[in-house]
Amino acid sequence: MASLVADIAAEDVLAAPDIPCVRRRRLLTRFRYWRGIVLLIAAAYFLIPLYAGLRFSFQNDYGHWSLYAVKALPAQTGFGAAFFLSLRLGAVTLGLVLVLMVPTAIYVHLKLPRVRRLMDFVTILPIVIPPIVLILGILHAAPLWLRASPYLLSLAYVILSYPFVYRSLDAGLSAIDLRTLVEASRSLGGSFVRTLLHVLIPNLRSALVSATVLTLALVLGEFTMAQLDLWTTLPVWIYQFQQDDAHVATAAAMLTLVGTWLLLTVIVLLDRSQSRRAVRQGLR
Amino acid sequence: MVDNPVVRNPGEGARVKLDGLVRMFGHTRALDGFSISIEPGEFVALLGPSGCGKTTALRVLAGFESLDSGSVVVDGKDLSQVRAQKRDMGMVFQSYSLFPNMNALNNVAYGLRMRRQRPGPRKAKASQLLELVGLADQASKYPHQMSGGQQQRVALARALAVEPRVLLLDEPLSALDAKVRAELRDEIRALQTRLAITTVFVTHDQEEALSMADRVCVMSAGRNVQTATPVTLYERPATAFVAEFVGVSSRLPVERIGDEIVVFGERCAVRGAEQAISSGTLDALLRPEDVAIEVDPSAKEFVTHRNFLGASTRLIVQVGEISIRVDVRSDLAAELEPGTRVRPKVVSRDVLVAPRMNVSVADVSANGHPAHV
Repeated sequence: MASLVADIAAEDVLAAPDIPCVRRRRLLTRFRYWRGIVLLIAAAYFLIPLYAGLRFSFQNDYGHWSLYAVKALPAQTGFGAAFFLSLRLGAVTLGLVLVLMVPTAIYVHLKLPRVRRLMDFVTILPIVIPPIVLILGILHAAPLWLRASPYLLSLAYVILSYPFVYRSLDAGLSAIDLRTLVEASRSLGGSFVRTLLHVLIPNLRSALVSATVLTLALVLGEFTMAQLDLWTTLPVWIYQFQQDDAHVATAAAMLTLVGTWLLLTVIVLLDRSQSRRAVRQGLR
Repeated sequence: MVDNPVVRNPGEGARVKLDGLVRMFGHTRALDGFSISIEPGEFVALLGPSGCGKTTALRVLAGFESLDSGSVVVDGKDLSQVRAQKRDMGMVFQSYSLFPNMNALNNVAYGLRMRRQRPGPRKAKASQLLELVGLADQASKYPHQMSGGQQQRVALARALAVEPRVLLLDEPLSALDAKVRAELRDEIRALQTRLAITTVFVTHDQEEALSMADRVCVMSAGRNVQTATPVTLYERPATAFVAEFVGVSSRLPVERIGDEIVVFGERCAVRGAEQAISSGTLDALLRPEDVAIEVDPSAKEFVTHRNFLGASTRLIVQVGEISIRVDVRSDLAAELEPGTRVRPKVVSRDVLVAPRMNVSVADVSANGHPAHV
């Protein structure tokens, strides 16, 4: 972002006719210089905590390099259960939010374009309302049988992921000529479901991938709601275990991070290989 | 020639009857009692200015718009309540509508896939259709790898693949450049004649409508103003609106003497119905080819503009306060520079008339209100 701004500013400087050539070149050099500094600061902001976390994961109590935390991690009480609970919640949340939002976003684009602004507003609300407020409300309102199930969290995560999923889908739908594609499919005998499966979803693949990536990242890292709903998801387990062994807990946090990245890479690669195969053979 | 399963015998197309269609958008009547009957295998163009309801009529026929009243009958069956996917119509859209995730072959085969035809036969038929539109070698290309003309050809093949009862064309040529448009125009017409499929074609381009269609339906304000063959429409327009919308005409206030009118000081017969001149004051609607001019330094009329059109040149001649358009052969137009004094003369057997209007021709075309001759 910063480099983009610097690029635009540099272009402005170059385009300005009333600045002499030498001065212009000097200004441009100064912009490049600043661009590098901004990039460096941003990189440091992200990389230093990561480095600190990684280093701490590979140290023992005496500050020496050691693999003990990583090796001990799988055997820790409750780690496996917390890890698989987080994965399950991620899968259920993703399924629910896509089933809910894909047809809704398509319907709004197709039939209720005037409601799009309202949708923008409604789906941004979860960002404005703190998760702690949301989960307390949900815990008071939900029936007992649902409160007893971890999947109540999935329902809450569905709401939290609205802003990301709706915006990804909105951008994807705006990039295609939705009305014409749907009408072409209908005139050829396609029902709504078959149009969705054969025409819309393949053409919204990038939007769906980014919605998936964002939702999974959100669920795997969510702490407040899980803690208050008294379910030990991975972030809650890390928090609790920190009191027993900070090195192992940090190793778990790093593993979550790397695991999420790996998962996202796999999804993106799968998508790319699929589109390449589609270009080679044509989708059936 | 391709041996194609889609080819029918002439007369096998469907009979279409649109009766009293009314479609409201808020307070606007997009269709206001629109009716038309289309014979099996006929090619009908819906022609009219922007907002006249021609695309709405086509979308109602396709099933994409619901009706406030009226009926859509195809081969005697009322389809008004039938959903678009069950209507058995093929449609080619104005914007490129190929599915971006499928290559040309799979786009064409899509309708057959929706009809649950097996992969083998449907691919074979899709190949035949691509061959029919001259794109057999483009089967594996994706839409983004094809030109606009090729995409519309594939869209046509896709619409024909399902052997629709009616083919609907919604300004399919308007996004193409002039040369490709002319080529595709001829191809569509040839294909339609060969397949004998009832076709409804929406366009705002009168040249397209007149050159392609068996009959042209001129629409205005959601109504069918006149439906006739291109020649009848041009030579015997039912209303002043049609006369001015189809082809070019200039309005000139004229005097009436008995059954005749006086144009440029000479008596002329009136074209069309006799009752046309039974009442009120009149304007002559002069086609550019109705009038000839000769240079006459003593004349009051003079040339104001000269536009070279190729074989002919169009002159704008000032007659009193009125400008009229006159076509002359380009080789004779060299001496007719702007400012040249000329004497106009009616050379056609008779001329069209309309009740006098105190507005310019441009205003009449723009507001589109028909005035009965």
